[in-house]
Amino acid sequence: MSATMTLEGWGRLAMPGREVVSCDLESLTAKAVLSRGLGRSYGDCSLPARPDDRVANSLMADRILGFDPGSGVLRAEAGLSLAQINRLFLPRGWFPPITPGTKFVTLGGMVASDVHGKNHHRQGCFGEHVRALRIRLGDGDIVECSPNVHPDLFYGSIGGMGLLGHILEVEFAMGPIPSPWIWMESSRMSSIEAFLDGLAEAALRWPMTMGWIDCLSRGSSLGRGILMAGRWASVEQTGGAAFKTAAERSLPFELPNFVLNRWTARAFNALYYWSHWRKRRERLVAPDPFFYPLDAILHWNRAYGPRGFTQYQCVLPRAAGPAAVREFLQRLVKLGSPSPLCVIKDCGPEGSGTLSFPLEGTSIAVDMAISPDIQGIVDRLNELVIAAGGRIYLTKDGFTRPDHFRAMEPRLPGFLQTKKKWDPSGRLRSAQSVRLFGDCP
Amino acid sequence: MKAVILGGTSGMGREIARRLAERGDLLFLLGPRKKNLERSAADLVARHPDKVDVAFAPCDLLRPEGFSEALDAADAALGGFDTVIVTAALFATQEALEADVDLTQRLVTANFANTVLFCEHARKRLLARGGGRLCVFSSVAGDRGRKPVAIYGASKAGLSAYLEALDHKFHAHGLSVLCVKPGFVRTEMTAALQPPPFAGTPDRVATQVIRAMDRGKPLVYSPPVWAWVMRVIRWLPRFVMRRIGF
Repeated sequence: MSATMTLEGWGRLAMPGREVVSCDLESLTAKAVLSRGLGRSYGDCSLPARPDDRVANSLMADRILGFDPGSGVLRAEAGLSLAQINRLFLPRGWFPPITPGTKFVTLGGMVASDVHGKNHHRQGCFGEHVRALRIRLGDGDIVECSPNVHPDLFYGSIGGMGLLGHILEVEFAMGPIPSPWIWMESSRMSSIEAFLDGLAEAALRWPMTMGWIDCLSRGSSLGRGILMAGRWASVEQTGGAAFKTAAERSLPFELPNFVLNRWTARAFNALYYWSHWRKRRERLVAPDPFFYPLDAILHWNRAYGPRGFTQYQCVLPRAAGPAAVREFLQRLVKLGSPSPLCVIKDCGPEGSGTLSFPLEGTSIAVDMAISPDIQGIVDRLNELVIAAGGRIYLTKDGFTRPDHFRAMEPRLPGFLQTKKKWDPSGRLRSAQSVRLFGDCP
Repeated sequence: MKAVILGGTSGMGREIARRLAERGDLLFLLGPRKKNLERSAADLVARHPDKVDVAFAPCDLLRPEGFSEALDAADAALGGFDTVIVTAALFATQEALEADVDLTQRLVTANFANTVLFCEHARKRLLARGGGRLCVFSSVAGDRGRKPVAIYGASKAGLSAYLEALDHKFHAHGLSVLCVKPGFVRTEMTAALQPPPFAGTPDRVATQVIRAMDRGKPLVYSPPVWAWVMRVIRWLPRFVMRRIGF
């Protein structure tokens, strides 16, 4: 039953391991210690702790088990991807309540990561919209849970990185949309202070907001970038335009390491920033380029070359103020990992998932190529995040030290207690849970 | 199209069912497990609620005595089917088959004898109403006796020969027989094997098979590159086949 000899996350750091696949997720997960889907998490959360650990791949379990056009409630097997959901339901006037920045994720992964999106300040995380989960526990039993039935298992599984049980089925509420188009406003922001003000102001007017930051600019233009805000377009705004899906391109091979360096990243950032030469633009766009700009190029993670990369994402609480965000960016510029991708978003209140990532404040995500300095860079950034009272996003992480994680995550003991209850023999584990939670290797 | 699909709950059969449902063809699913059939039928209806209403009945390739009853149920539900698609089959590696005589018996019986029996039931019904389509999944493994698929390949070689003869014999009577020869396709069946560089996906195979069915083709290799690979393999002299591991 063994398939590939190594497994890798989106950051392309391979680990020895094997993955088993089947349409029958129930039998597949019977002996597995971890589930994974499309492998879009960057670090080691979907990778096995030991080479002989069995990882269940849910991708072939992609059946929709029911959809109620009255309430929008959809129930499906955990391997169903967001790409499939969008393809089927956009033309019918429905959209998932929350979408992360890629559609190449499975429902199971969306629950395990408790994903958030551009509408976090209004709608919260995906977990807020989940009605029920069907879960295979570490000891083999299968249970159904919801906010009323086994709530500790339910809320623990939301953002629980698949460590309380294998997610077999997900039931959640889709939202109706007036048209399959987005009305988008984008504004050029000249500094981080302007950016934070702009985000706060846009959050009042727009249901969806986020920003791209040129994280290589310094001084007075530190944190300059482009703020994007949007809402589903009304039928009048679309002018009756028919919806069509864009063709996908793929980066067919790995680029050499040197292609993406300090100078090319800086040139790209300047070009991207000034290509938005008007201060403010409003226009009609398709949902894919709005929600998933990077999905337009399949395998874009090959751009970082064989060295691989990671993404550092943290959230700094509102109480720490704009000064903390400026300090974070200054430290990022100084530590200097060249990156064309840095994303900023203001988050709403904390979700109900026991280990759910976002909290009220500012989230910053930045891609970084792997280098000998990477551990030091992550440590320095983590120290700042701890001091500010923030936390990191497990789905992106591959390098945080366990003591740092414990310092920023007071909710961890509560989570581990729930884990002890539902997985008493500690069968379920990942490379990440061994690294950060102290699970047995 | 009013299609009966044996094996439409998983892998390539599942993808074919989804595509047919999407374009509004009427479907009837056959498979061994009721719960699995229920879930696949629900999936097809939820995907295309305005286009399909999918019914199903149990049918197990290892229980040929149930074939007639299953096809009766399909006939009743569809008001006379015009297309029968068979994607179901067993697979096991050569090592597993050599180590287990019962498994070998089951696999050869299901893939050859019982698949032929099922097709006989199906083609008689189709011919009785003036013809129709019969689309059956064989395999490139049946194109030549090869070391790594000696037993599985033999079961498929017999099936391919039968399907070719059906085409010769009944084409003029309005029966269009399509023999599908998938190369390596990433499905549950092949999950244990190391995929070659040009491995196919169920998605692409489904597109190709439906196009071939619509055009009345008798044979399709999928992915297409396998037609060329197998042409070379068939030409290789025996002394070469004895040496290589392919």
